[in-house]
Amino acid sequence: MEKQYETVIGLEVHVELATKTKIFCGCSTAFGGDPNTHTCPVCTGMPGSLPVLNKQVLEYAVAVGLATNCKITQYCKFDRKNYFYPDNPQNYQISQLYLPICRNGRVEIETKQGKKFVGIHEIHMEEDAGKLIHDEWNDCSLVDYNRSGVPLIEIVSEPDMRSAEEVIAYLEKLRMTIQYLGASDCKLQEGSMRADVNLSVREVGAKEFGTRTEMKNLNSFKAIARAIEGERERQIDLLESGEKVIQETRRWDDNKGESYAMRSKEDAQDYRYFPDPDLVPIVLDDAFLDEIRAKQPEFREEKMARYKEEFDIPDYDIDIITGSKRMADLFEETVALGAQPKKVSNWLMVETLRLLKENDMEPEDIRFSPEHLAKLITLIDSKAINSSVAKEVFEEIFKNDVDPEAYVEEKGLKTVNDEGALRKTVEEVIANNPQSVEDYRNGKEKAIGFLVGQTMKAMKGKADPAMVNQLLKELL
Amino acid sequence: MVNIISDETIEYVGILAKLELSDEEKEQAKKDMGSMLDYIDKLGELDTTGVEPMSHVFPVHNVFREDVVTNTDDRENILKNAPEEKDGMFVVPRTFE
Amino acid sequence: MSILDMTAVELAAAIKNKEVTVKEATEAVLDQIEKSESTYHCYVTVDKEGALRKAEEVQKKIDAGELTGPLAGVPVAIKDNMCTEGLLTTCSSRILGNFVPTFSAEAVINLEKAGAVILGKTNMDEFAMGSTTETSAFGETKNPWNPEHVPGGSSGGSAAAVAARECFYALGSDTGGSIRQPASFCGVVGLKPTYGTVSRYGLIAYGSSLDQIGPLCKDVTDCATIMEVIASHDLKDSTSVERDDTDFTSALVDDVKGMKIGIPRDYFGEGLDPEVKAAVLKAAEVLKEKGAIVEEFDLSLVEYAIPTYYTIAAAEASSNLERFDGIKYGYRTEEYNGLHNMYKKSRSEGFGPEVKRRIMLGSFVLSSGYYDAYYLKALRVKALIKKAFDEAFAKYDVILGPVAPTTAPKLGESLSDPIKMYLGDIYTISINLAGLPGLSMPCGTDSKGLPIGVQLIGDCFKEKNLIRAAFTYEKARGAFGRKEEN
Repeated sequence: MEKQYETVIGLEVHVELATKTKIFCGCSTAFGGDPNTHTCPVCTGMPGSLPVLNKQVLEYAVAVGLATNCKITQYCKFDRKNYFYPDNPQNYQISQLYLPICRNGRVEIETKQGKKFVGIHEIHMEEDAGKLIHDEWNDCSLVDYNRSGVPLIEIVSEPDMRSAEEVIAYLEKLRMTIQYLGASDCKLQEGSMRADVNLSVREVGAKEFGTRTEMKNLNSFKAIARAIEGERERQIDLLESGEKVIQETRRWDDNKGESYAMRSKEDAQDYRYFPDPDLVPIVLDDAFLDEIRAKQPEFREEKMARYKEEFDIPDYDIDIITGSKRMADLFEETVALGAQPKKVSNWLMVETLRLLKENDMEPEDIRFSPEHLAKLITLIDSKAINSSVAKEVFEEIFKNDVDPEAYVEEKGLKTVNDEGALRKTVEEVIANNPQSVEDYRNGKEKAIGFLVGQTMKAMKGKADPAMVNQLLKELL
Repeated sequence: MVNIISDETIEYVGILAKLELSDEEKEQAKKDMGSMLDYIDKLGELDTTGVEPMSHVFPVHNVFREDVVTNTDDRENILKNAPEEKDGMFVVPRTFE
Repeated sequence: MSILDMTAVELAAAIKNKEVTVKEATEAVLDQIEKSESTYHCYVTVDKEGALRKAEEVQKKIDAGELTGPLAGVPVAIKDNMCTEGLLTTCSSRILGNFVPTFSAEAVINLEKAGAVILGKTNMDEFAMGSTTETSAFGETKNPWNPEHVPGGSSGGSAAAVAARECFYALGSDTGGSIRQPASFCGVVGLKPTYGTVSRYGLIAYGSSLDQIGPLCKDVTDCATIMEVIASHDLKDSTSVERDDTDFTSALVDDVKGMKIGIPRDYFGEGLDPEVKAAVLKAAEVLKEKGAIVEEFDLSLVEYAIPTYYTIAAAEASSNLERFDGIKYGYRTEEYNGLHNMYKKSRSEGFGPEVKRRIMLGSFVLSSGYYDAYYLKALRVKALIKKAFDEAFAKYDVILGPVAPTTAPKLGESLSDPIKMYLGDIYTISINLAGLPGLSMPCGTDSKGLPIGVQLIGDCFKEKNLIRAAFTYEKARGAFGRKEEN
């Protein structure tokens, strides 16, 4: 009989924190600067430079720890992880091994199989590495330290997951929690959230874990799912053919759909951790923890429950809207301005999602203000604009956060509903422009354009040109 | 000498420390490290049960900086001492096999 | 009095009184450097133009009344492991042979604010690893009292420069005795302050938990005055301590009545040269005559300090020196095959034997399987050593003992046997482990005419006790100096 295997998965998730400055120096963490323009002696490992901890990093790390039910280490330290690599300017990374800031947490995830808890072994604070750019032409690599020293937390789960579905549910859960805290935007594609997958397989019913591998370079949920499937198969194949799984770090190539070992003989994997003598211990009293606890936001589950109570919108909408902190904030703020919840929800669910997709954006990238969406809804409610115009205006709001009132005014998009008034104006224009009327009647189609222009002028731009056109043709 | 350092150990430590020693240096290093470790083993005479390892001599803690950008573009200075530079970056031997 | 014979404080006063200009003082000391540098080799770099330019600037500020401090206009030498903006900083290592920092160490900035004129960078043991200045990649420094002898180390260049009148005072750094021991060998005053008193920002680290910058100078008054200038609470150094008692010159008091001085018996046992022993005990006698209560006691754990120190210092050094990799600054090997070969060749060619020895040891004691047995064990013993000092300072204001077991050895005698060399640090090393302040000052000469130093050790943050005892002893002892041949 064929053997049945179980997949055992634990995750190491790195999250870039949304601080303004790096973890140990006053350099900006902003994206997009020219290479090495966001650097200083500290984050480039200049001799004599020394690190000083950014307090905000600690606050975010503690906030994430509390939100994931961790025990906060009230006496914690930083350690040095020693290894040579050019993206790491000191050739040691300042991290935490012995006394990480958070331990023993758990989060609840939900999949089709139901609800379960995934344990969090620890969360520690550390610094990010720089970026290596490969110069194929000159057969060398180039180092940019702009990302060196950007604060990270690493969330290490227990090996509690058994399928790609659970892994993705866990990641979604972490992402949502951290986004709600404002501690990070958690974008996989941009690398502000990165997941390394530790995976082993064992025969169903076995007590011991199998030998695990660590898979890196996974930058989308799809890649994670594919990598899990690929690695599971690779390990089963090895075991079936009587070989052993080697404990190693592997790099996933999502284009090829396969992984390869990253080990080399120069890579001893012996990091010689020891407490960093340049940094002093962190002692957190209960008052500090209470302060952070008091600042914890309403998380998704609580929000969903409240929406069900407060707003008459479908569960489906609630699910989508609370699926992004940005979206939920926008929803609530717009409703607070007096807009009807269902209408706000519709704009978010239909047009906003469409435009996000078209522009390859995530909800966190939404820039428009609730005031402008609320005003748009008011304009529609008062029948000042019709629905097709509204869509057009919304696109402008989405793209450039324009004020819809001003925009409608400026572009003359307001519908003139009083057909009588319009008809009267058209009649006047016809009476005042006999020559053009004559021309039109003689077959000069173009002449109507002049008449439309005259009408629009007379209406001070507030007419719907199509309607004017139609009226003109009718009256002529 | 109680601590006999093997060739493998010297080789291994050389990988960790990124030092390449000549055969002569290796022999010397084996000897030196062995006698240093013999000497350090003297610490074993002391009973340190229940003694907390002391990293910092003073109970200084919670030294933080505020999350405020204080540094501006200083690339020119950062690259000033680079053995090799290109396009505002440090040049290193290729890191991808 | 010749300008060169003045102490730093005397010179500053003379400049203030317009008896001497900053330029005259700078030129006088640059002449002296020119004359005797070929014999002693105190400096790695002499910045003649920079010093003369600075002299004029400082003079203008003094004349304008902008600089009024007690060191304004006084030329100083800086140990070559402290960053100086725009001025070569090598740590006496080939690997930093071409390194020009783009910022200055906080202690250097503090001196500059006080109107110091930087003459150049002094020679040292490579990365401060050594106690003779012979491990420098740029040649050894010689003892001005007898050029056949070493000046001590690692701040040998700084100590020798003060003794040879090639500067008026100097900054050194002390990780296991590197200020106090060369001060002793060269017959000058040196102080290692309480850990955290002087910022380490810009000091190229050897053993971060032990390193501390301090002065090497001609007398105790200079010592207290320099300390007042360089001590600062620096927000860039997390281990910097905020102190409100850095008015060190207030302790320049000729009175030790009632001061309790402990003499650790364990510092006077086997291995201590009898001439050194006699001179140090005589110094204790002098303080007793001045009214101090002097008694012997057992400090304990003295023989464990060296293995503890070498474990901790080597471990920290192995990590601190990883950044020297041929990528961002410093030496890169000419030919290499790939990244790791480049690392290995650059580092192997760039570092000298003593530095490699300590990096290897440090990497080993931190490596998988040995961390607990060696590194953590050493940190535990460190805690015991600290406790032994705490107990001693419950009874005594100052501990008095020798600085080193012997006077300066001859060049070339020390490096062959590392353990023997390390044993020379036995009286200085535990002070760094416990973070304590320690002062070294001359208390006599041996039959070879070489200076002998006495060490005064204080409790944490009690530099003032040391300064008061040292000042009182100095008054009683009278002038101490080398007979100038010229």
